[in-house]
Amino acid sequence: MAKVTIDGIEVEVPNGATVLQACEAAGKEIPRFCYHERLSVAGNCRMCLVEVEKAPKPVASCAYPVADGMKVFTDSALVRNARRNVMEFLLINHPLDCPICDQGGECDLQDQATAYGGQGGRYREQKRAVKDKYLGPLVKTIMTRCIQCTRCVRFATEVAGVPELGATGRGEDMQIGTYVEKALTTELSGNLIDICPVGALTSRPYAFVSRPWELRKTDSVDVLDAVGAAIRVDTRGPEVLRILPRINEEVNEEWMADRGRFSFDGLKRRRLDRPWIRVEGKLKPASWQEAFAVVAERLKGIPGQRLGAVAGDLVDAESAFALRELMVGLGSANLDCRQDGAAIDVSRRDHYLFNSGIAGIDEADALLLIGTNPRKEAPVLNARIRKRWSSGALKVASIGPAGLDLTYKAEHLGEGPDALATLRDGGHAFAEVLKGAKRPMIVLGRAAVARPDGAAILAAAWALAESVGALTPEWHGFNMLHLFGGQVGALDAGFVPGEGGLDLAGMLGGGVDALWLLGADGFEPGLIPPGTFVIYQGHHGDRAAARADVILPGAAYTEKDGTYVNTEGRVQRGRMALHPPGEAREDWRIIRAAGAALDVSLAFDTLDALRARMAAANPVFGMVDGRIAEGCHDTAGPRLAEGAAPEATSFTLPITDYWQADAISRASETMAECSRIYNDATPKLAAE
Amino acid sequence: MSAPHSPHHEEPASFAFDAESEAQIEKILKRYPEGKQASGVIPLLYVAQKQMGRATGSAWVPRVAMDTIAERLGMAPIRVYEVATFYFMFNTKPIGRFHLQVCGTTPCWLRGSDEVLRACKDAGHLKGYGDTSEDGLFTMTEVECLGGCVNAPILQVDDDYYEDMDYESTVKLLEALKRGERPKPGSMQGRQGSAPIGGPETVLDIPMRHAAPGRAGEE
Repeated sequence: MAKVTIDGIEVEVPNGATVLQACEAAGKEIPRFCYHERLSVAGNCRMCLVEVEKAPKPVASCAYPVADGMKVFTDSALVRNARRNVMEFLLINHPLDCPICDQGGECDLQDQATAYGGQGGRYREQKRAVKDKYLGPLVKTIMTRCIQCTRCVRFATEVAGVPELGATGRGEDMQIGTYVEKALTTELSGNLIDICPVGALTSRPYAFVSRPWELRKTDSVDVLDAVGAAIRVDTRGPEVLRILPRINEEVNEEWMADRGRFSFDGLKRRRLDRPWIRVEGKLKPASWQEAFAVVAERLKGIPGQRLGAVAGDLVDAESAFALRELMVGLGSANLDCRQDGAAIDVSRRDHYLFNSGIAGIDEADALLLIGTNPRKEAPVLNARIRKRWSSGALKVASIGPAGLDLTYKAEHLGEGPDALATLRDGGHAFAEVLKGAKRPMIVLGRAAVARPDGAAILAAAWALAESVGALTPEWHGFNMLHLFGGQVGALDAGFVPGEGGLDLAGMLGGGVDALWLLGADGFEPGLIPPGTFVIYQGHHGDRAAARADVILPGAAYTEKDGTYVNTEGRVQRGRMALHPPGEAREDWRIIRAAGAALDVSLAFDTLDALRARMAAANPVFGMVDGRIAEGCHDTAGPRLAEGAAPEATSFTLPITDYWQADAISRASETMAECSRIYNDATPKLAAE
Repeated sequence: MSAPHSPHHEEPASFAFDAESEAQIEKILKRYPEGKQASGVIPLLYVAQKQMGRATGSAWVPRVAMDTIAERLGMAPIRVYEVATFYFMFNTKPIGRFHLQVCGTTPCWLRGSDEVLRACKDAGHLKGYGDTSEDGLFTMTEVECLGGCVNAPILQVDDDYYEDMDYESTVKLLEALKRGERPKPGSMQGRQGSAPIGGPETVLDIPMRHAAPGRAGEE
């Protein structure tokens, strides 16, 4: 530790810390543009100049290591003058077009020019102008505004793992771009907009839409992938105008994936905004009373065991739990939230969670991916794997389709489950890596168990984890990577077949006469046998709604207070940012009202009462924002039927088109454009 | 009237190092420790540029060549683009057969680089800096100090320094180049290195000179 005095305040910081970090520890604000705590240090903007005693000139604090006994001044006349002059230089070629700039009001350059700048510039010559670059359908560029801090270059190279951005040319001709025009091939491109301190990189869908002070900001969580990134939903009036990530070190640090960030325009399109009932083969608009009357009438004659319910991938745990209560009240045990047919063993929670935790990746030293491409399934989590891999402490191998571009090196061990067996028998060198690792991780893609031999694969992966010593009381190295934000919550809510109940295949196989689909768009609705009475409750007129006999319009994740559990089992609350459109209602209320129409008494009248019941049924729902992080105390594997063994079929990946993977993103024009551009431009991606 | 398009000077569809380049690359890459081969990016860009000069008569680095280098050195293509565009010694656009690099920095300018520039324009039929002559023979660029101030003004043709230039010698040089000759580089006034014109002028009598062999004191 080094003792440093900052403006007379003595602080202790670790050796090797920078002066800027020491200043922050002392509570001093240091203006900066190029420095970003999650990127490498560039030291090129010179805004963070401070005075260090005995140094002959101001030093760039972001790149200057502390020394014991150092005395730093952050507000001396020298420093103030230096900042004024640096700012004057930065603004020489900046267009000062704040009134028409989308960054206006939340611009680091604007803020710092006001706080640390001088009175005006002395530059009277021509300013330089830079041609705008094309970086893809999500990031808009006005490169004349660029101050060349190179944060975007470092982000693309270091965090996103796509070294496609660079600074070409030199001096006045230096430009940020890709040199060869192309859309950045990353699922994290929205973060470029956040890290750009000026208005050079802004959001294309948000261009000229709003000013930050006009927006109502609601903290929520992202549900479009199973990472559960902390987000802020910015709304004005009845629409979501943008979604930004919030900092949550345990989950998403400060990054966010593009599908979660940019698919919000899908919340306005193809919405179910009023109930519909099928009359003589055609869907007709109806009132809630009429819709419930039809539901009550049609369900009356059907015995409980001939009723079934399927929950979708984006449902909040409350509505899944409420629907389960309703079905139980109706005497049905036919429940399933595994639309993909994943052979998930719900007898123990750690059989289906990402047990090491997302932050646990930072400690892992060996990682095996099984039947998963985290880059498409959980881009932020993939960036975390990359971060750990970049530090040199993590070795990665994968079993599944060959030729994946994960943004880090992964040894390919095989395409099918046989590679698992080889690995377990020590038939591959990576087995030794796993065995020798202190914190080995086995990451099993959810899709890997969504096949006929899924249970055997789950058991094999667990057995492998056990055999390499990944299951210890200190460390739980078995991980399942889910795909969407509602999947774990529905499992935790117990939305799985009860005693003697049918699973999805059983229900589709003619086991039920009536089917309640709660946002269930994940399977082919054509598989529902004709004659089955289908209730579709959800927010988008996607695949399944067209098959429905009654449509009950629900709320999307931005329109309701809901609980979502991410892939690592962290219970998080999404909050209502705006009201559902038209007649649509929050889903738990719909189910409560349907219960009344069906004469089923449900023991909750308020959201709090429902949540209390959930917490009573499963204590994890009582631990909001937390997760049980503990090792594995019982290494007994998932249940497996006698004689079940993995087949030889190769693993396939679940997400074929990252940009259109759920009901919301399928309705989004932005995502449709991304899908078109990325799938055309890189046939390799389409082939995945 | 636009410059005639030579088919050689289009962006080629592919690029591969020839045997001569490969031999050079082998030598170059040996200089760097294992795993640090990316350090060889600048020498390899030179190799590629030279090869283009040999093959097409225009020494430049097309993008496909940069991609080839990136692949060879295991680095991202953009990192090669960054280096190649940073250094003006690498031509990222096709140039003429001879690359005339006129130094316009103060010492050369004081010694008459304006005359050299005028001579290049006249003899090479060039409009100014950055221009390529219509016959495709000359491209002229302005460069900063070439470090040959003692023999200013300097005109660098490809890799060769022609020193102590003036209008006449520049015209003569360009005419020779047009004829396909390569005059001997160095001072155009015939002096040796940067020694005074007409032989030594100071310290004419050094006693040591007569003490042979070896230095005095060693005996």
